[in-house]
Amino acid sequence: MVIFVARRLGVMVLTALVLTFIVFFLTNLPPNLEKLARTEGSVRMTDEAVASWIEGNGHGGSVFTRYSEWLGIAPGWVITDEKGVTRGRCIDNGVTAEDAPRFCGILQGDWGFSTFSKEPVIAFLGEKLAATGWLMLFVMLVMVPVSLLMGVLSGMREGSRTDRVLSSAAIATTATPEYVSGVILVAVFASATTGLSPMLKEWGWIETNTLFMGTATSAERGFTFWNFGLPVLTIALYGIGYIARMTRASMTEVMTQQYIRTARLKGVAFKDVVMRHALRNALIAPFTVIMLQFPWLLNGVVIVETLFNYKGFGWTLVQAAGNNDIELLLGCSVVAVFVVLVTQLISDIGYVFLNPRIRLS
Amino acid sequence: MTDTTWDPSKPILEIDNLSISFFTRLREIPAVMDFSCKVMAGESMGLVGESGCGKSTVALAVMRDLGKNGRIVAGSIKFKGRDLTHMTDDELRHIRGSEIAMIYQEPMASLNPAMKIGAQLAEVPMIHRNMPRAEAWALARQIVADVRLPDPDRILNSYPHQLSGGQQQRIVIAMALMSKPALLILDEPTTALDVTVEAGIVDLVKDLGEKYGTSMLFISHNLGLILDVCDRLCVMYSGEAVETGNVVQVFDKMRHPYTQALFRSIPLPGADKNARPLVSIPGNFPLPHERPPGCNFGPRCDYFQAGRCDATEIAMSPVPGDDRHASRCLKWTEIDWDAPMKAKVSKAKTPIGRVVLKMDDLQKYYSISGGAFGGGTKKVVKANESLSFEAREGETLAIVGESGCGKSTFAKVLMGLETATSGSIMLFDENVQSTPIQKRNTDTVSSVQMVFQNPFDTLNPSMSVGRQIIRALEIFKQGTSDQDRADRMLKLLDLVKLPRAFAERMPRQLSGGQKQRVGIARAFAGGAKVVVADEPVSALDVSVQAAVTDLLMDIQRENKTTLLFISHDLSIVRYLSDRVLVMYLGHVVETGTTDQVFQPPYHPYTEALLSAVPIADTKVVRKRIVLEGDIPSAVNPPPGCPFQTRCRWKSQVAPAGLCDREMPPMRTLAGGHQIKCHLPEAVLTQMEPVIKVAAE
Repeated sequence: MVIFVARRLGVMVLTALVLTFIVFFLTNLPPNLEKLARTEGSVRMTDEAVASWIEGNGHGGSVFTRYSEWLGIAPGWVITDEKGVTRGRCIDNGVTAEDAPRFCGILQGDWGFSTFSKEPVIAFLGEKLAATGWLMLFVMLVMVPVSLLMGVLSGMREGSRTDRVLSSAAIATTATPEYVSGVILVAVFASATTGLSPMLKEWGWIETNTLFMGTATSAERGFTFWNFGLPVLTIALYGIGYIARMTRASMTEVMTQQYIRTARLKGVAFKDVVMRHALRNALIAPFTVIMLQFPWLLNGVVIVETLFNYKGFGWTLVQAAGNNDIELLLGCSVVAVFVVLVTQLISDIGYVFLNPRIRLS
Repeated sequence: MTDTTWDPSKPILEIDNLSISFFTRLREIPAVMDFSCKVMAGESMGLVGESGCGKSTVALAVMRDLGKNGRIVAGSIKFKGRDLTHMTDDELRHIRGSEIAMIYQEPMASLNPAMKIGAQLAEVPMIHRNMPRAEAWALARQIVADVRLPDPDRILNSYPHQLSGGQQQRIVIAMALMSKPALLILDEPTTALDVTVEAGIVDLVKDLGEKYGTSMLFISHNLGLILDVCDRLCVMYSGEAVETGNVVQVFDKMRHPYTQALFRSIPLPGADKNARPLVSIPGNFPLPHERPPGCNFGPRCDYFQAGRCDATEIAMSPVPGDDRHASRCLKWTEIDWDAPMKAKVSKAKTPIGRVVLKMDDLQKYYSISGGAFGGGTKKVVKANESLSFEAREGETLAIVGESGCGKSTFAKVLMGLETATSGSIMLFDENVQSTPIQKRNTDTVSSVQMVFQNPFDTLNPSMSVGRQIIRALEIFKQGTSDQDRADRMLKLLDLVKLPRAFAERMPRQLSGGQKQRVGIARAFAGGAKVVVADEPVSALDVSVQAAVTDLLMDIQRENKTTLLFISHDLSIVRYLSDRVLVMYLGHVVETGTTDQVFQPPYHPYTEALLSAVPIADTKVVRKRIVLEGDIPSAVNPPPGCPFQTRCRWKSQVAPAGLCDREMPPMRTLAGGHQIKCHLPEAVLTQMEPVIKVAAE
């Protein structure tokens, strides 16, 4: 167990290094740096001035050196300009060059300064991640039980009417991307001019103009069913279809196994055959799928948070990219890589515990 | 739940004119037609037949578990006088598991992998008798002890995958016995098990049947097993019962041509590949929707009479004077049943030539890791331990042993799929022990070929038969042009006695026996000198087995091939091999000519193995030696002699404890017969033969 986890962790670190390097390389391409120079300095800078700004702010030199500095395994740059002012990567305002640490990178906990939010990346990102964490929690709470239930119900009697109805629904939801289902949901439930809301308003069933709120900004201060329902539903719908299909496939396979026949011919009632004999075996495969949903949720979150203006991780990623906020973008990618790799590890370990026969090697 | 209205002198199970069909989108496929049988209280009824004859369908019909497509179209199944065919699901559920219980072919697949054994057993009384959990577990513990499993408490708390195959089957039996059913249906209960384990299970089933007075419906393709277990039997062919009666009467006085043909195609003691070869049943089993009119067996029957046998449906007609003996044959009164088998041309024995293969002290170890996550201590599996033997040109050397004895590992090493840990393999004066197959030259590869156990998995499903053989020819660099190879391919089809038209067919259009013939043709494509046949017929039906073994023998005679015949089936080994090598836990424990091995003195393991094989002949008297326990794991073999944990002769070895300490040396007895045993000469010479044929 320890060796397995250690080996996996080793691979994870390697993967993380490679992935962050790729992101670092792409965000630090010369055009990006020039753009950065013009936004930070002045829009009307000459090309020479841009070049010297880039040099003077530690963005010169080889990409490997800069990556190592960012990572914190190489000493941060220190430049003394012609005025005799010493500036450096690790020298914050109000700290003298002598007191500043030599290394300051991700590993030292210094994630840089966001040019977009004007505060350290780590503080800003932490706050946004918490917001997204809540969104994900509710998505999981809705998505997992609903999809498992759908999958089990349709898989236990393959080809039955229940199966066909649930399967069609699952295919429909999983074939609809969030930016489509989100817009449809807003139109149907959260528009003052179309959909259900005007009708309900007319009948006097609702006080406000819309049934659900079309924006989730208020959810940042406290969520209610009405301001958080639609974003959660939008993300969950896609995943529900997918997990339900996987659960159904696994369930139908289990239901044809001989031990299910054994149980049936033991005189076990159908309900108990499903609950006691089939369920645990059928849930082994969807468990992996559910764990794989986490990284994918990050993806859905980008669209949904932008659509509903919910200021979380996805929204931050979009803003960072739009505003050429290199440090923030890098921070986001570190988080994303971390989430993906950790869920993979959990999925592998959990699989062993669920399935007594599996031996990993 | 006992039905008080039922009179014990009436049959427990009475099946009347039962017909079952499966419905597909295309057509109705009749699986069982006009099947009748009666099982009395305490009686055990055998259902025999080849795969696809409908015997399992009958069993599932009794359980009313035919799936969505299967339906009972006519007839009735009366259990204790109540018709099962008209019961509601609720009524059925009360009967299933409590009054009728079933034991299945594959114990591993029949047990829930994610539930503890105890929970699976205790469930039965909890459902049917509303027994409290603690009491049900106590009962489970008692029944587990009843099926002679050691350490019941540990077993109840383990998961199925932690038990061996034999233990799993005992658990399945225990599960069936949890509610003391009146009728037990056993569907090939020992087919997936080793012979020595099978012997233990058969004994157990017989004893429990007597102890609890349970009636049994025993389904098997193995006639010997039926003779061991059953009182009565019913022979099925293509969905119909063709002969039914008392076991001894049917075995000695068969009155249906199919039963007769079946008996002639299985190797009984006395059959010999040269002097008295087996007679296979010509032709193929008819597909359910392509059955001939009249008698289903007609096209394959020696006594067939056109215009009579294929005119009308044939009913069962009783054989007077016998105990409920009946045959579905119009001509049974006219056939001379005592006429000797039409003497097949007896063939000359192949001369044995020079040594082509020599193994010397071959060892193959695997290392595996222990822990759940790949860590833990490394363990060594000693798959082959000091294996030495020679095989000569034109010789058939049988390698016998149960699963896990290392016989397949040996084949892999010889083929070059694995390399040996130490020791040497000389193949035509060339050392090949450490040359993997990728590095062997085409000549060596084409001269050592293999025929695999399962013909269903070893042919590429998307390539025509001819193409697959041509592909082999290309790989072996045979033939000069495509045309030449196509000709050679057709000749190979002739060699394996397949019509040339089969070259165009896809594997799915072939029957099991035909596929195996293609496999043989492929193996001989490069003019193989040494052919390793790994259980080549064990996946085939008995009537086809004879034809395929005959084919192998014929090709061997023509090409002077050395055949290494790996098998667990001693009857067939006795029939076709010249020399035998008995393996146990990676060791060769006995080797000699077939006569030497099958006659005393035996190695104690060979003795047990011989006694465990059921023989379908009422005149044969066998000594029953049932081995205790399972084969030890090769990861953790016992110290000293590998067989000492199960040996019944151990006490006769002096000094006591020698078997626990020392590996016995290979001793050479008279005539080059070798035995790896500590038993003194005097004890060995006093051994009695296990199989005795009673005087006729």
